[in-house]
Amino acid sequence: MADELQYDVLIIGGGAVGCAVARELARYHCAIALVEQSADVASGASGRNSAVVHAGFNNPPGSLMAQLCVEGNRGFEALCQELDVPYKKTGKLLLAFDLEDMAALLQLMAQGERNGCHGLTMLDQDTLRSKLPQVGGIGGMLSPETGIFDPFLYTVALAENAQANGVSFFLGHKVTAIGREETGFAVTAGGRVFHSRFVINCAGVHSAQVAALAGVKGYRIYPCRGEYYILDQIAKDVLPLPVYPVPKAGAGGLGVHLTPTVHGNLLIGPSAEYSDDPEDVSCTKPVLDQLWREAQQLLPGLEKRQIIGAYCGIRPKQTPPGVGGYRDFIIREERNCRGLINLIGIESPGMTASLPIARGVVALVGQSMDLRPKEDFNPQRRGIPRFREKSLGVQEMLIARDPEYGEILCRCQKVTRAEVRQAIENPLGVRTLSGIKYRAWATTGRCNGGYCLPKLAALLTEYGQKPEEIFYREENSPLFTGRVK
Amino acid sequence: MERYDVVVIGGGPGGLAAAKGAREAGAQRVLLLERERQMGGILNQCIHDGFGLHRYKAMLTGPEYALLARTEAQEAGVRLRTGAMVTGLSRSRIVTAVTRGGVHSYMAGAVVLATGCRERTRGAIAIPGSRPAGIYTAGTAQNLINTKNLMVGKRVVVLGSGDIGLIMARRLTLEGAQVLAVAEAKDTPGGLERNVSQCLYDFGIPLYLNCTVTNIFGTGRLSGVELSDLDKEGVPIPGTQRHLDCDTLLLSVGLIPENEVGAMAGVALDPVSNGTLTDVYLQTTIPGIFSCGNCRKVMDLADFVTTQGLAAGRNAARFVQKQDLKLMPRDSGTTLAKGLPQPGVVTCVLCPRGCRVRLRPDGMAKGNNCDKGEAYARQEARAPLRLLTTTMKRRDGTLLPVKSSRPLPRERLLPCAARLREITLPEGNVPCGRIVLDDPFGMGVDILAAQ
Repeated sequence: MADELQYDVLIIGGGAVGCAVARELARYHCAIALVEQSADVASGASGRNSAVVHAGFNNPPGSLMAQLCVEGNRGFEALCQELDVPYKKTGKLLLAFDLEDMAALLQLMAQGERNGCHGLTMLDQDTLRSKLPQVGGIGGMLSPETGIFDPFLYTVALAENAQANGVSFFLGHKVTAIGREETGFAVTAGGRVFHSRFVINCAGVHSAQVAALAGVKGYRIYPCRGEYYILDQIAKDVLPLPVYPVPKAGAGGLGVHLTPTVHGNLLIGPSAEYSDDPEDVSCTKPVLDQLWREAQQLLPGLEKRQIIGAYCGIRPKQTPPGVGGYRDFIIREERNCRGLINLIGIESPGMTASLPIARGVVALVGQSMDLRPKEDFNPQRRGIPRFREKSLGVQEMLIARDPEYGEILCRCQKVTRAEVRQAIENPLGVRTLSGIKYRAWATTGRCNGGYCLPKLAALLTEYGQKPEEIFYREENSPLFTGRVK
Repeated sequence: MERYDVVVIGGGPGGLAAAKGAREAGAQRVLLLERERQMGGILNQCIHDGFGLHRYKAMLTGPEYALLARTEAQEAGVRLRTGAMVTGLSRSRIVTAVTRGGVHSYMAGAVVLATGCRERTRGAIAIPGSRPAGIYTAGTAQNLINTKNLMVGKRVVVLGSGDIGLIMARRLTLEGAQVLAVAEAKDTPGGLERNVSQCLYDFGIPLYLNCTVTNIFGTGRLSGVELSDLDKEGVPIPGTQRHLDCDTLLLSVGLIPENEVGAMAGVALDPVSNGTLTDVYLQTTIPGIFSCGNCRKVMDLADFVTTQGLAAGRNAARFVQKQDLKLMPRDSGTTLAKGLPQPGVVTCVLCPRGCRVRLRPDGMAKGNNCDKGEAYARQEARAPLRLLTTTMKRRDGTLLPVKSSRPLPRERLLPCAARLREITLPEGNVPCGRIVLDDPFGMGVDILAAQ
């Protein structure tokens, strides 16, 4: 059959973990493909989270979560440099509102130290007030190694770097069947059949379903929704670092927190509600109202007019409703289904841990396949030069080289036509509006794209895209019904 | 670094007038910076008529008004620079702008902010629900439809009854879409009375007051919205929810003064409206930086913005010449009729007075200040006439704003707009006012270029 494809390793899922696995395996002589059901990478939990690089004190010593998080945190800055991804080591503050909270923080500090976290410090009320007079609470704990990053660009960068090193990406390819063959698997995705010796299941919230398609039953994922508010770029004035409450035992997440982003916005969230629908990322009024109340406690004085948006992500939890908390990551080759490597329940701190997780997968593959390093593997990836972050001199130089750097299309984020063009011409071939959004950061500001959307759409038509084929996210999301006339 | 007496930021009606005013009041070197490729600002996408009644005693379309304002600024000796986005403004009035030619810095004796306003968004009002394609602010939809030739949808619900929302309800109807409803959370429409009447009533579009969108549905493209009635406190009344199938939601829920440039210099802003705070001379809290138009306070008419722009520009010139500043004009000479049209009352639109004319059962007219008002009211009662404003496609796919040479019977608007959709014009620019179609409907009405 013309449409049959042969690989050594097939990765299912283009989130941060799937893309990290692709990139780490690309270091070796090995034919690799990645299939992703959405039109772009980072379309699930990887693109819908708090964008925090965790330090590793939240999970019990000895767990994979703790171990891989601490390891991931240590290498994260270097990795972001290698991949040209915005990252900032801000530290993080946990606030206590009563003595019980203080006691819990002491325990958390002890746990963190056993996990290998550096520099955890308890703060009394006076120290807290002198450091951050604007926040509430009677004391807290500071974690200096926590950071913030751009989770979209991180995932995109891993994917682009994997692709540059030989991995084939198949976006918009949903896996519908997995069959066993003599030498491995026949995976049907997007109407094509992929033959592969190994299948790596990085399907996040769908990982239990994918495992079941391969005949491995028994896993169960409980989708747990987390809604967020996005505030305008007020972080530099109101909050330099993430501020969290003390995690409550049995909750679905770490509690509603405030996080500055690398782009200067402030996030409020996430909530934690179990849901039956792994795809339902709508926002709801009661939850948004609750977010606002809890945020007020952490940072009194927030104003509603600073809100510019809301979103929702879904955690792939293994702990059922009523139990809550965390169950450790599962990363294993199935004994009764050799060649299938399942990654189950990779929720927070999965992004922080994505590189160590990927290395673990490489080790598993290496147990039954001879992985010879490629001499020409290039770990470096350069992103789109961001005009707004450059000095006047560099801006001049960029414009001199390409006059389109002198045409600002997105007024809120100061994104130029040159950047948008590079985003449209991205190596993965993504042509959706959200694809441009996450690569160039246009439409993400306070006007929600009101100013730049018409310009982006016009530019896409200049690339020969028909108006009715300009999609917001997936192929069922046309932005226009066609030409007016 | 280039020096200017006055640098005006923003080339809409306010900025064009301010630049002209600065020259008139004696400023030698005046620079006007506009980020778009042409002067005029949002006027260029407002292809409907209703502009210029106060300043030019004529019913102009937005592009026509922009053309006049630009010509006046040019003739006054203003240096006009398009494609220039201002990215920096300091307290000491150094203006930084980015163009395709590089990054430019200008030292200004005085600065006038004329940066306009932006629309309040879905994100800002946090309507719950999913985030599908098909949700646009009304002004963005206006830009897409009138300047980019991109149709936003076919079955439309409009939330909010600000003027742009009302104008777009009519515009979409003329372009063949079905506008199912306009929902307004307050108990009275936000836009001008004449727009309620000519944009909604003319086309039978329902207006729901005390009503809002409480949920949004659809995974890829919008599939519907939930409307709920609101109580006196603005809280949705349980049990009043109803679902409306639609593929498009337009938001016309308010305008916010745009002051990112002013904020860089540290001018004080109104904490509620985000408008620049000024004294009675239109000077902001930083000496030598003036503000006018919608970035100061959102105004109802472009004509009022022009008047204020002129005053701000003149005071900027006086500041540079160390002369006494003059009091700004009052916000407007006229109070425009807003809200629901009253049954039996016709608001005359022929002059800025806006007389409310009542035709009594005995045939007498009351409330008009001149004969024209009475004639207008009688015509409205008998067979209303409306100017047709729309766009026509050129061979290269770009759009030309056009208007009818005189008003048509109201019921002819839809068929005539549909007919014009089928006709393609040759490429190239036609002078404003030139006939592009000679009596296409056989009614003795020509179609004129209106840009």
